[in-house]
Amino acid sequence: MQSLKNTFSSLWQTLFGHPVRAFGAVSLLFLISLAIAPAKNYFSEWRHYQNRYLALVRGRGDAVTLQRHFHEHDGIQQIWLPTLGVVDRCTTCHAGLKEASLADVGTQPFRQHPVIPHTLDQFGCVMCHRGQGPATTVEEAHRSTAAWEQPILPARYVQSSCGQCHRAPLTGTPQLNLGRNLLGRYGCVHCHTIKLPDGSAIKPTDVPPSLSHVADKSTREWVYAWLKDPQAYAVTATMPNFKLSDPDARDISAFLIANSTPIAGDTAPVAPGAKNQKPPDPTAGASLYGESFCASCHAVQNAAGNVVGGDVGPELTRVGSKVKPEWLRAWLRNPRVYDSQTLMPHYRLTDPQVSLLTAFLGNKTDSDLLANVHLDAATPEQVAHGKLLVTEYGCASCHEISGIKKPDNFAPELTRIGSKPLTQIIFLPGMTHAIPDYIAAKIREPRSFGSALKMPQFSLAPAQVDALTTALLSLTDRAHDLPLALTVPSKPPSNYQPAGKAGQLMADLTCFSCHAINGRGSDMAPDLTWEGSSVQRPWLQAFLKNPGTLRPALIRRMPRFNLSDDDAKELTDYIMAVYQTPAFDRDSMPSSGYPPAQVEQGKQLFYSKYACQSCHIVDTKVDKGYVGPTLTQVGSRLTAAWIYHWLKDPQAMRPGAIEPNRNMNDEDARALTAFLMTQKGSNKQEAKK
Amino acid sequence: MKRLWRTLFAVSLTLVSAGCTRKPGPASARKPTGFGAALVESSGGKQIGATGMVLAQPLVVQVNDEQGTAVSGALVEFSGPAGASFDPPSGLTDSSGQLSTNVALGGMAGRYQLIARTSAKTQKTVELKIEEIALGYQQQLGYQLDNKYCARCHNPESSPERVSNYDNLEVKPHPFTEGDTLNKMSDAELTSIISHGGPALNKSALMPPYGYTLSKTEIEALIAYIRLISDPPYHASGMVYAQK
Repeated sequence: MQSLKNTFSSLWQTLFGHPVRAFGAVSLLFLISLAIAPAKNYFSEWRHYQNRYLALVRGRGDAVTLQRHFHEHDGIQQIWLPTLGVVDRCTTCHAGLKEASLADVGTQPFRQHPVIPHTLDQFGCVMCHRGQGPATTVEEAHRSTAAWEQPILPARYVQSSCGQCHRAPLTGTPQLNLGRNLLGRYGCVHCHTIKLPDGSAIKPTDVPPSLSHVADKSTREWVYAWLKDPQAYAVTATMPNFKLSDPDARDISAFLIANSTPIAGDTAPVAPGAKNQKPPDPTAGASLYGESFCASCHAVQNAAGNVVGGDVGPELTRVGSKVKPEWLRAWLRNPRVYDSQTLMPHYRLTDPQVSLLTAFLGNKTDSDLLANVHLDAATPEQVAHGKLLVTEYGCASCHEISGIKKPDNFAPELTRIGSKPLTQIIFLPGMTHAIPDYIAAKIREPRSFGSALKMPQFSLAPAQVDALTTALLSLTDRAHDLPLALTVPSKPPSNYQPAGKAGQLMADLTCFSCHAINGRGSDMAPDLTWEGSSVQRPWLQAFLKNPGTLRPALIRRMPRFNLSDDDAKELTDYIMAVYQTPAFDRDSMPSSGYPPAQVEQGKQLFYSKYACQSCHIVDTKVDKGYVGPTLTQVGSRLTAAWIYHWLKDPQAMRPGAIEPNRNMNDEDARALTAFLMTQKGSNKQEAKK
Repeated sequence: MKRLWRTLFAVSLTLVSAGCTRKPGPASARKPTGFGAALVESSGGKQIGATGMVLAQPLVVQVNDEQGTAVSGALVEFSGPAGASFDPPSGLTDSSGQLSTNVALGGMAGRYQLIARTSAKTQKTVELKIEEIALGYQQQLGYQLDNKYCARCHNPESSPERVSNYDNLEVKPHPFTEGDTLNKMSDAELTSIISHGGPALNKSALMPPYGYTLSKTEIEALIAYIRLISDPPYHASGMVYAQK
């Protein structure tokens, strides 16, 4: 101890014992401390990367250009965009982002940025990639640190950033579009409110059935089995699994059945003698199912396990185990009696047809589904407990249940979930502490965050989870705080409603389930906004009565609704009068009487210059193309004016049409119109269909 | 240097903590009980996905023995270029000798060669190479356009949703994967034929012009997509500078 003290005091003496030596030592220390800052700068990470970039560039053929670009701005680079709140220094190390000739360089941080519709100078980096823009070390820029919560966004979610400004679907962001679609389709927004920056809220697009009359439709046993595992009944069911215990499912089913009230006319008793009759021909039912194009909306799982058919209506694989035959009869006769809002059209089937379909669908049963369901008669206590559970689980958020109010804000609002502060989140052990990981885990398995949580288990494929995460991540503070002028708004939803008797007919036939008119409706079938300018009256009326085949390669076609002559005429009158384009007069060109020379010229153009036969059929013996509609009777289907204007600019007539614009001159368009108007079809071909 | 010490410290800490825990770790659960002689792809190869995203179909591989019968309990490990990730990255084959993994491709557009490995009885490693394609933003846009405008004629495969028109055409279009033909055409030639139709390059008039329907950006995107999916792969000429 003593020796240490001696050494220390002698060292002190040596350094500071004499004023001159003291001055020298202090100066030295001062110099060293002064050198710390420049040294830190010199040995900084970004300088290291810039030197590596220069070394990489040196050996290349385009070195001179690349070096010149680099030396135009030395030192730390910065993209500063005050309007967007962007201060990005990423280009300090990512020196080759803008160099198109670095396409062959695969090592980071020197890769060229892939082609996107925006430039770096306009938008910077963190708008899309997140991270800490002003940082100049790898750690601080990319990862979340004590002072910065938003690490770099994983590439799989990068489309979420597009969604901050672009509210309308973009062709280049299929994942974001899917995710936004799923938010509505899986009913997330029934429980979670999501407000958009323009003040509107995302609306659900699923239509969960009302449970106020469920006893008319299904048995308690089926309700129980469904509640226990919806996907066991239908693999495509969007209803989530609430992981209910057996007694809970028993009590909820007891309550729902006890709470159900009957609707007059929503069941049609099977005729007394019918039960003893031989079952109708099973193939007849199947072919009626096919002819009515039920598969356009409803899917059925085939023997190979593949789900085949549309997803507008519920899957029908085991529908015979679900619905009561007397309810099904009434539903097929007129679905609007049971559910006035259904997307299913009123088919106007005859009684024998209803029986056929009822028998066909009634046979779609699964004996395993209800084999182990044995429920005793419900006690009042069970019903009361069931009601409590229904309120607790928020069933009324999605389903209408008489006597239970739809709860408000049942689940946390997700309006700004993409920027939720990490301090408000409880992460699971072993989980990366970042928003994307949290959202994805929560969607994938909500109850892993606590078995008492109410959020149910959804059946989603990994790609769907990623898509939903992407859509939710786009709901950031930035998305909400951006000036509206800098966003690309989506088209406001249309609530177009056709008027009068025709309007009622269209509601009854649910035309909007397949067709769009004036911005409302689905894109399954052609847009009818200008149908009145497009088609000829006699054809339309005949088509509504008995729709023929226009596009042979399509599996989804217009079904036959068995309309009465009056109804067909009513609809035709309305369509011809109301759905007209302002662009031209449909009667401005004659439907026949074109000079033969012009017709012949049109034929030449059709087959040689424009080679229309690659996609269309005019002569069934020679032509084979079936991308577009068959044109054998186009002269009695379309108006000459429509054909002419369509040929001039198809996309102007129907946005998104796939027929290319040929920039056709007037003479060619007129000649082709003349030729096509001679294609009136023959009765023989009509009969064949 | 500091990082090296930090890594060493972290490694030793992990080792110590691993040594302290009594619970059997996942490593012991993954002990292979079977050994195969061959590794084959059951499904999930040659998929076209998007950068950074999980492929639509899982990658399924099967381990077989010398007789070609499936081996269960064999350890299969997946690996790939930087950015590609697997869930799970390794595992034991099931009773039918198969192992399924969800693949997410990296952030860069291009071809990803994935490798599945299993060890044979003789301690030899059996490898299987599987190729997947990741589309970037531009190629993704091209893929959408292909689906809408081109695939009906250029893709001979039919699906119930979209019946191919390929067989109906007198002059057969080139499928976009047909690298032998398309790789010989320059970007300018492809742009010209898409914009002005077949006759622009003395080809069939059955190919209509899309120059008045698609924008310049869209045509570039379409070409970027065609270049990426072509088989054999396309290598851009010009503009490539050899690295030292």
